Amino acid sequence: MKDGARELFSIIVFVALIACVPLVTDSGVTLNFVMTALYAALLAQAWNILGGFGGQFSFGHALFFGTGAYIQAMAQINGGINAWVALGMAVAGSAGVGVFVGALSFRYGLKGSYFALVTLAFAEVFRILALSVSFTGGGVGLMIPLRESALNMQFISRSGYVYVVLVFVAVALLITWWLKHSRFGAYLQAVRDNEDSARAIGVNPFRIKLGAIAVSGGLMGAGGAFYAQVFQYIDPAIAFGPTTSIEALVAAIVGGIGTLWGPVLGALVLHILADITRNMFGQLPGISLVIYGVVLVLIIMFMPRGIGGLGKSCKAAFLRVRKKSWRAHE
Amino acid sequence: MLDASILFSSVLNGLTTGAVYALIALGLTLIYGVLHIINFAHGASLMLALYAVYLLKDRFGIDPYLALPLVVPGMFVLGYALQRLIINRASHGKDENILLVTLGLSIVMENAALLLFKSDTRTIDTAYTLSTMAIGPAMIAVPKLVAFAGALVVSAILLFIVGKTDLGRAIRAVAKEKHGAKLMGIDVDHVYAMSFGIGLACLGAAACFLLPAYYVNPHVGSGFVLVAFTVVVLGGMGSFGGALIGGLLVGVVESLGGLYLGESLGQIGIFVIFIAVLLFRPQGLFGARA
Repeated sequence: MKDGARELFSIIVFVALIACVPLVTDSGVTLNFVMTALYAALLAQAWNILGGFGGQFSFGHALFFGTGAYIQAMAQINGGINAWVALGMAVAGSAGVGVFVGALSFRYGLKGSYFALVTLAFAEVFRILALSVSFTGGGVGLMIPLRESALNMQFISRSGYVYVVLVFVAVALLITWWLKHSRFGAYLQAVRDNEDSARAIGVNPFRIKLGAIAVSGGLMGAGGAFYAQVFQYIDPAIAFGPTTSIEALVAAIVGGIGTLWGPVLGALVLHILADITRNMFGQLPGISLVIYGVVLVLIIMFMPRGIGGLGKSCKAAFLRVRKKSWRAHE
Repeated sequence: MLDASILFSSVLNGLTTGAVYALIALGLTLIYGVLHIINFAHGASLMLALYAVYLLKDRFGIDPYLALPLVVPGMFVLGYALQRLIINRASHGKDENILLVTLGLSIVMENAALLLFKSDTRTIDTAYTLSTMAIGPAMIAVPKLVAFAGALVVSAILLFIVGKTDLGRAIRAVAKEKHGAKLMGIDVDHVYAMSFGIGLACLGAAACFLLPAYYVNPHVGSGFVLVAFTVVVLGGMGSFGGALIGGLLVGVVESLGGLYLGESLGQIGIFVIFIAVLLFRPQGLFGARA
């Protein structure tokens, strides 16, 4: 099989396997674990599209997450709009915010640390706005009224949420796959690797990056909308605070950026790690995150290309050894 | 229309806060200027320094201002060790890795503090905590005035170190061209670690001046991080004079923003400035054009 077909096949197998989980178990703990792990993977994949494939490191992806979450909540509470319609609005709205921030920062050529800082600042501006204006409920936050029905995207069992977030993750995986094998994706990676050369061969970096931030923002917005539906509550700190931005980028980088499975792998590993430490030291506040931070530093120190990169290095080493032994045979 | 005397005292208050911002930003801009990294652990390091000052006062009764000769060298050693033993080793020479390592360090620091001190907000009590002084029509807290003067003195010392000493020359050489500096026999790793140490030492000084009129909890640093970034960007990354003036400016903007727009919305002025400077003048008000 060719690379592209093999990857597509792996996506289908992954989605099919996860889809079976709610069929074989109705344990709330298991389903909750699957749901939160998928949710973390979704955020990491959203970040990866702009950060990994576009090379634009955002430190403020909570901006899109929070926009999605607030649109999802406000459309239902203030507008009386159906949750599924609201979801479409949330994705479109956060993609729109992505285009707005991208247009401003890419037009003025912000790169590297400067781009990271400007996204951080925009997230902060939105947090303060959400805190200060009245229609977002201010610091009290917004509560989505309980109306359990699949029509309202509120499920009695966790399995409903698992399927919803699985669809999001599948879409994110397919987009990532498309980025790896399409013309647009090739342009995007060319812009990441060398913007001037890309321009020289006729690529318009501005439009390419704008496309990437819109897709990345839209997916992140879907994550925010999902959060709002599951927990039925958001406030400015949850929506626009730095925690979500950090979670998304750390998972992507720990797993390996610019790859198809890296963000999923990173999200899963960090999720399991957080779960274990929380279970072991749950009664002591802070210690689970101390371990989380230490592991993060260690991973960067010893696996600079992420956990996925480790697999690649092993494969390369294996091939080298095999080649050598072949030569020895000849 | 607001009374002129309220305006005056608000500006004065902003200047004193701004001086402390400047002090925090000076450390950040030194680290950025030399290592070309954004130190995300800056806020958490400040928090550690504040706890050190708090503990010295609480356990040993050492006055925050007298704690300066303990906290400043302590923070310097911490910074030197962090850069030499962890950040340098983990970075593999890639900027985004440094960003992440400092992020990881800040997570560790904040949560270690949470573990040790719980999330309670703590303050210290000194004889001068509540004393005020009249300047013109305005009343101003004495600790804030001391902080203002102290920040200026520390900035002057820093400018002297970077401008006039051999270490400063080495720092500037490494900042400009690290390969050239290496060929001239400068120990680049040592200079990196010294810069990081000095950057954190500034935080030690800031903590001593800050705590008498402020408080400490495990998350106190994050409030300062973005403000310090704003100051650094406003003044031009790597520019010391810029950081000083930028800090004072941000302090005044924050104070006036709070006066006109209210406590929560007032903060927005800082970030609007921040974004505008990043977009339209990324070299900062005083930075050289790259």
